[in-house]
Amino acid sequence: MDMVALEGGFADTPREAAVAFRACLSALARPGRIETVAGAAPPAPVSPAAGAVLLTLVDGSTPVHLAGAHDVPEVRDWITFHTGAPLVGAADAVFALGAWDALQPLDRFARGLPDYPDRSATLIVEMPALTSEGARLTGPGIETEAFLSLPEVAAFRANRAQFPQGLDFFLAAGDRLAGLPRTTRVEDV
Amino acid sequence: MTDTAYNFAYLDEETKRMIRRAILKGIAIPGYQVPFASREMPMPYGWGTGGVQVTAACLTPGDRLKVIDQGADDTTNAVSIRKFFERTAGVATTERTAEATVIQTRHRIPETPLTGDQILVYQVPIPEPLRFLEPRETETRKMHELEEYGLMHVKLYEDIARHGHISTAYAYPVRVEGRYVMDPSPIPKFDNPKLSGNPAIQLFGAGREQRIYALPPFTEAVSLDFEDHPFEASKPDHPCDLCGAEGSYLDEVITDDRGGRMFVCSDTDFCAERRAAGHAGRLAAPYEETAA
Amino acid sequence: MYVAVKGGERAIDNAHAWLAEERRGDPAVPELSVAQIREQMALAVNRVMAEGSLYDPDLAALAIKQARGDLIEAVFLIRAYRTTLPRIGASRPVDTGAMACDRRISATFKDAPGGQVLGPTFDYTHRLLDFALAAEGEPPVAATAPPDETPTPRITDFLGRDGLIQPEPATDAEPRDLTREPLEFPADRPLRLQSLTRGDEGFVLAMAYSTQRGYGRNHPFVGELRIGAVPVEMDIPELGFAIEIGEITLTECETVNQFAGSRTEPAQFTRGYGLVFGQTERKAISMALVDRALRWDELGEDDTGAPAQDAEFVLSHADNIQATGFLEHIKLPHYVDFQAELELVRKLRAEALASRREAAE
Repeated sequence: MDMVALEGGFADTPREAAVAFRACLSALARPGRIETVAGAAPPAPVSPAAGAVLLTLVDGSTPVHLAGAHDVPEVRDWITFHTGAPLVGAADAVFALGAWDALQPLDRFARGLPDYPDRSATLIVEMPALTSEGARLTGPGIETEAFLSLPEVAAFRANRAQFPQGLDFFLAAGDRLAGLPRTTRVEDV
Repeated sequence: MTDTAYNFAYLDEETKRMIRRAILKGIAIPGYQVPFASREMPMPYGWGTGGVQVTAACLTPGDRLKVIDQGADDTTNAVSIRKFFERTAGVATTERTAEATVIQTRHRIPETPLTGDQILVYQVPIPEPLRFLEPRETETRKMHELEEYGLMHVKLYEDIARHGHISTAYAYPVRVEGRYVMDPSPIPKFDNPKLSGNPAIQLFGAGREQRIYALPPFTEAVSLDFEDHPFEASKPDHPCDLCGAEGSYLDEVITDDRGGRMFVCSDTDFCAERRAAGHAGRLAAPYEETAA
Repeated sequence: MYVAVKGGERAIDNAHAWLAEERRGDPAVPELSVAQIREQMALAVNRVMAEGSLYDPDLAALAIKQARGDLIEAVFLIRAYRTTLPRIGASRPVDTGAMACDRRISATFKDAPGGQVLGPTFDYTHRLLDFALAAEGEPPVAATAPPDETPTPRITDFLGRDGLIQPEPATDAEPRDLTREPLEFPADRPLRLQSLTRGDEGFVLAMAYSTQRGYGRNHPFVGELRIGAVPVEMDIPELGFAIEIGEITLTECETVNQFAGSRTEPAQFTRGYGLVFGQTERKAISMALVDRALRWDELGEDDTGAPAQDAEFVLSHADNIQATGFLEHIKLPHYVDFQAELELVRKLRAEALASRREAAE
């Protein structure tokens, strides 16, 4: 393990994690809203926003799957050192991190059980950019409608159709973070 | 002043992460009760340990916390919980609904409309709306899975047959986004309409029963009813005797042993603000600023 | 004029100050030390450790002092303290077979290797108030003998050797932790045992007693009851071996219960198990009986509908901290909800009286 792995964590975990959690909460509770999250400096290709989500929510009790270009030693070491999360295959993951294409196919991930729909994976999708334009979003958390630059529409529609089972998503680009819970109805504009 | 013997907001980070994950799943599945490994808190089960754990997991140093019990900031348990967070998180506190960023409540939703910048945390004694019909968790879990809510309708209808009205006056169940039937905690049914379409994030914590659930902003929560017996958000048919408010929920206060009584707003902040703005009810004395 | 009740804060402070004074009692009477409670109220200390799930006699004694002798309150103090402690690791399983027994009895055999050891028990005391204790004299010195080094193998192992009792297969699987995960049903046996060992002594006793009176009867014999100290060892990865980190006193009870068998399976006794911190034999025996009652399903028995067979019922109500908290919370103000009901009852009465009047006219 090199020095990179030891750096880039929260300097003051209780307070920084609290602020980062509120960003996560706000993002997931208000699909389409883009939050800014600071404090994490993970190794490339992990964005600071995705790094903050990991530092805030992940620990030894939550297996993590690294997809594609994110499954590299620097990232593995960084996550192991800062969170202690076991790194696992897609099927066992509570959290997964990667670019949209690398995370496919989504049916590899746990979507919860009919009586325990909460036992589903949360996917952190690394995006090249994140803006409030693109697909039209409606549903809980949205007063009328919202828009978000999603990588595609069909996968989220299929996910919505499984409710109350399903996956939940965070989308990260730089220090920008958005959320897309399974309840959101997504349409092409 | 913060007590440095404990972590920020009392709970250790591992516990907070666990609670935070449960809150997020609750947001993702509105009205569904997420099991969580509730911790033993330094206050008794049944006294707000669920709400306290949710609040502790949400608080940031920049927050301004309000705690109410029965709508009042100065009831002893509200005072006790507020003190706990002043001591362990060092956060600012307020009694004014409009100034608060996080509000922990027992049995009421504030009268002042909440905003999108606020989180309302409810203390929940029995999170399972079906519990009084079916005591077994294994059974009620199946009923939620299969959306078997007929029993609840039967119970409400039996009330109508016996009394002419649904006899549930508080903890009145709601259906969330057409899916899960949810217990809104023992708020009076007067407060039920405020659950639905609320811009604030509403989080529900049941410590002893180890459940967290949530209503994201602008989520539909419909009080169960029947076409011929529509839901009614009732309250005592009086204005507040102190501030004259017509539309607020009222406490009945016995004033003597000859049947004398007065009605006052249960939301103490709402009432005080109205009196400060010059409103007066039947028994109001001129409003005086109370020394803080 | 109605004045809003302000001053909840001052009321709380005053109540706490008064409580502290009451706790001390008459200052003319010497104050109890924590060491006195630890040494002379040892069975209360044991109960607080067992139900508090924390083995620390000094802290348990302190909790009893702080709680004015209210043991459930003391358990609560210990539980609340315990949750703030970091988890450094897990010990190796303790070997109760190698226990240094202070007491070891079997009701199923007249004698066994290692012998029957009565130990410090109330069993055969005549329950006559001892007024000599009020005089606070020193007790007579108990007779001593050199320690008996004879091993005391478990009684059930003798039965097991001949296949007379159903075996408990050893497993290295990590049990789930009741204090770190939400309770979920059906609960497996490790979870049930965790719940019972920290459950309220009175509740577990009553459940056990109900099985003896026929509500899920399972014909228990005390195969063995043993009380004594066992070393606690922990693997230290840096050292590559386990070291002893301390010693704890445990009470273990194994019951030998009604046998099961069929045409294909030869008859075999079954067992119930109890293991509790400290000298707590009423609790350990009760635990073994309830454990056995809860095993009806895995042993292929009928569910007779007895309360002690109902895992969801037993586990959901065994914890006295949950129970007392929820019970006592009805002291908190509920006037908002009461008002809602009051309005409803008034409305229902008004309607009923009106229709009665109409009918009379």
